[in-house]
Order: sequence, then C-alpha cells, then structure tokens
Amino acid sequence: MSRSDIKSLQLERLKRLVKYCYDNVPFYHKKLNMAGVLPEKIKTLSDIQYIPYTNKTDLRDNYPFGLFATPMKNIARIHASSGTTGKPTVVGYTKNDLENWAEMVARITTAAGASDETIVQIAFGYGMFTGALGLHYGLEKIGATVVPTSSGNTEKQLMFMRDFKTNALVATPSYALYMAECAKELGYPMSDYHLKLGILGSEGCTPEMRDQIEAAWGIFVTDNYGLSEICGPGMSGECHLRQGLHINEDHFICETIDPNTLEVLPSGSEGELVVTTLTKEAIPLLRYRTKDLTRITEEKCECGRTTARMDKIKGRSDDMLKIRGVNVFPSQVESALVGMDKIGPHYQLIVRREGFADTLEVKVELIDGSVLEKYSELEGITRSIKSRLRTILGLDAKVTLAEPKSLERFQGKAKRVLDLRNEK
Amino acid sequence: MIIKQLSVFVENKKGRMAEITDILAKNDIDIRALSIADTTDYGILRLIVDNPQKAQETLKSAGMTVTLTGVIAIAIPDKPGGLSSAVKVLSEKDIQIEYMYAFLNPTDDTAFVIMRVENEDNAIDALTKGGIRLMKEEDIYTI
Repeated sequence: MSRSDIKSLQLERLKRLVKYCYDNVPFYHKKLNMAGVLPEKIKTLSDIQYIPYTNKTDLRDNYPFGLFATPMKNIARIHASSGTTGKPTVVGYTKNDLENWAEMVARITTAAGASDETIVQIAFGYGMFTGALGLHYGLEKIGATVVPTSSGNTEKQLMFMRDFKTNALVATPSYALYMAECAKELGYPMSDYHLKLGILGSEGCTPEMRDQIEAAWGIFVTDNYGLSEICGPGMSGECHLRQGLHINEDHFICETIDPNTLEVLPSGSEGELVVTTLTKEAIPLLRYRTKDLTRITEEKCECGRTTARMDKIKGRSDDMLKIRGVNVFPSQVESALVGMDKIGPHYQLIVRREGFADTLEVKVELIDGSVLEKYSELEGITRSIKSRLRTILGLDAKVTLAEPKSLERFQGKAKRVLDLRNEK
Repeated sequence: MIIKQLSVFVENKKGRMAEITDILAKNDIDIRALSIADTTDYGILRLIVDNPQKAQETLKSAGMTVTLTGVIAIAIPDKPGGLSSAVKVLSEKDIQIEYMYAFLNPTDDTAFVIMRVENEDNAIDALTKGGIRLMKEEDIYTI
C-alpha cells in the first residue's frame, strides 16, 4: 500500500470511529460534546488533533465495562491488566476484534520470520494477560505449530524444546535468558535445541541484552509492541531488518506528543506515543496516551513495507517502572509506607538487574531507636514493609533500613528512583 | 544497678564508625565498653560511656537513630566456668538474655559482662541471690 492509500484508509476509518464512539460510548459522547468536536468535524487526518486525549485513569474510572461500545452479548473475550495501581484496566474483544488481533499478530510474526514451518513455544503466562493468547492465535493463524507451555517449570519447557524440536520461542527477554542458563546447567549439548527465532516482548530489552540472548541461544531475536489497553501484542513489530517496529496502520493511528505541552510533534521527533484504535468494536479508544516514549518515521523500510515504524520504546513520560514485567509506580511504594511506624517519610527505590531478573530494593530511614534492643523488632519492621509492598505491588522487594537523613532530600520534584539496570 | 547503654543504628558505609567515634571524641566522651553486631546492611553499635545522657544528645543532634537502654553488668572471676555459673542462674529463673558482651577488668582478675535482659529487676534479684557480683553505675562509668 502506498502512503497515500494508507492515509485515505485511515481517514475513512477515523471518521467512522469518531461517529461510532460518539453514538455508542456515553463517556466519549460527553467528552466530544464538551470539546465541541462533533463527528462531522473530522474532515482530514490532522483534524484528529481536536479530539481530547484518553488516559489510563479513564479506563480505571469506568471499571469494568464503562467504556465498552457494545452490549455484552457481542463480547467474545475479556482480558485485564495486572491492576497494580488500583483497579485493573479491563478490555473486551468482539469476534471481529479477535479476528483483527490475530491478523495483526500474524503480520508481525511473519515479518519477524515465523511461518507454517515454525514450532513455537509460548512461555508467557496464560490467563488475563494479553501476551500469551495474543501471540497464540496470531501464530496459529499463520499455520505455525503452537505449544502453549505458559511460563515456569523451566526444565520441562526445555525437555519439550528438545523433544519437539521447537524452533521459535515467545517469552520475555529475561525469561529467555534464564532458560538459556538453565539449559546450560542441565548439560544437554546446545545442539539438542533447535531454536532459531525469539519473538520476545512484554518488557524492555536493550540491544546489549538482545545480543546476549542471541549469543546464548544462537537465535535471531525480534521485538514487538502493544499494550493491553489497545489490544495487547500486535500493534507493531520488527521485521528481519530490525530498523524500527512496523505499525499496523490500518488498525491504528499513532502520534507522538510532547508530554508536557500535549502538542503534537512532527514525524521523526521523540515524544509520548498516542494511539487511536481504528477498528476496535468492543472498546475503541480515541487518542490514548501510552506514556511510552518513542519516535515514528514514515520512511519506507528496506524490507519493502510502507507502514510507518516506531523506535524501540526509549522510556516513560511518567515515573512508571517495569520490574519483572510488573508495572510499578513510586507513588504505590509511598502509599505502602505511609502510616508505618518507626520509619521516616523518605524513601528510595533502587532497581537492578541481577543475573536475569530485575530486583527492587526499597530503602527507608529508621527513625525510632526503641527497636534497636531487639533484632526481632527490627526484622519485624522490614518484614511488615515487605509484606505491604507485596500486597500493593505484587512483587517481592528487598527492604533496607537506612540512617535518618541519609537518603537524599529534594527541593521540588523528587527523584526517588535509581534505575541501575542499564549500567555496566 | 541498672546501667545506661547507648544503642546506635549504623549503616554499613565506609567511614561511618570513624565519624561516630569522632563525634564522641570531640565532645569529650570516653567509651568504656563497646560491642557491635552487624547484618549485611546495617549494624547496631552498643556503647557504655562515661556520660550516657550527653552522648545520647550529641549523637541525636548529629542526626543518628540512638536509644538509651538499661543493661546490667556483672563481675565474674576470669577463669573457666566463670560465665557459665552466672548465666546458669538466669536460665534457672527462665530469664532470657537478649544480648551480652564482655571485657576484662584491667585492675584485677575479674571480667565484666554487660547483659541486656527482658526484666532487669528479676535478673538483678536472681543474680544477687545466686551470689553473683553486680556492678554499680558509677563503677562502670569510671572503670
């Protein structure tokens, strides 16, 4: 498809989408009315700029089904985010949505090098998480042999891998590395494994880590992008040239904005990714702010595809951290610490990569000396902080007690996070 | 009979002990006995000094987490079985020792043992009845 064909298809679908949202989702009806953007106002693609942004909080405020555009009888499946910051965000799919989703995943996995010759093990956790089932149906669609091992039970995974002659792996980058390490420890020669392709995702992966995974397994690794709110994996993915992630532009309009001024940035400049879902029926989203930072180029890729491409995600426009696949906001840690006895209000988060897994350390200041007489009381403090963090974050953290005033104080915006994962 | 001891929370950081002892030195506080127990991330420094109140105020104003607690000190003969007989007295009365540390008396052949117990009065009673010599505050601060 030429760029102009893509754009005219997008415009036609955008017009239809705005009307669809206006007519079927009370939330959007109100929002568009307030902004004075009636569906007729959308005449060109750039008119999208008049549409107000949608935020994650809008999904949460309308938990569970408030943003659904169609009655439940048309909803074929429900997925949800982990919901670490309160209520989970719930997304629904109609039969058409599932069909489109599978199609999108089929495209990106084909671009990555998968085919009907592929025997693929899906080592993402199955369940409410969009990753596993998203890849599952897309890969089935291209005729690949899907082995839904889910995550965990690594020795058995590796046994299937050897015995089934599995040649592709879907996993998080850190799990792929962990599996390689286990494979070495198990002692079977690496020639017993037939892996060639890694379709890795759901957490960030630096080029260095990718090199490490490729070297450990002797495979070719590609990245893909998606987030549960807009469908899951499949929004974009790398082709074999790995010069950015091809966006499925017939299903999405992607913009980049300045996260502070909220102004739309010209193509090619780095900003926050904003996504409009053009074809979703169950829960269409208008200009959804992903908070992920990237850059979009419309230049044609050498692979021949004309779709726009986005860079690997560079970071976040908010302070969210992704630790072992779990979304963590420093404010959540704060809420866990508030009201805790014997410790001060200051804290610091330190994120490290140890071996193959991310670790979180939470440092707090001990201000009450009365606990110094009993180790059990001191340990009790760290234990209770740990269990509160586990409840709120769904993650095990190391809790370290520090001396009063030893943690940095900030004037103005506090920088409470020390992310050492990409340090050498 | 109850002796005041300082407990100071110390992070495992280079130079931290030097800083603390420096603060005490500058304020003319003499350390009589000391013990430190550490974990991987922090330690607890226990100090018997000649002027506990002053030491507490000084360390507190230097921003440290510090507490003053009551401990008891006994003098035992510096020979095999000396400590065992004293500890036996406590265990017979079901008195738990939270922690303890010892040092030699430079002037004769006894050793001093500082111990932190749950209930000082019961411990003092048991030790006295058991014939164990307890040290007075002024004796310890001026060793």
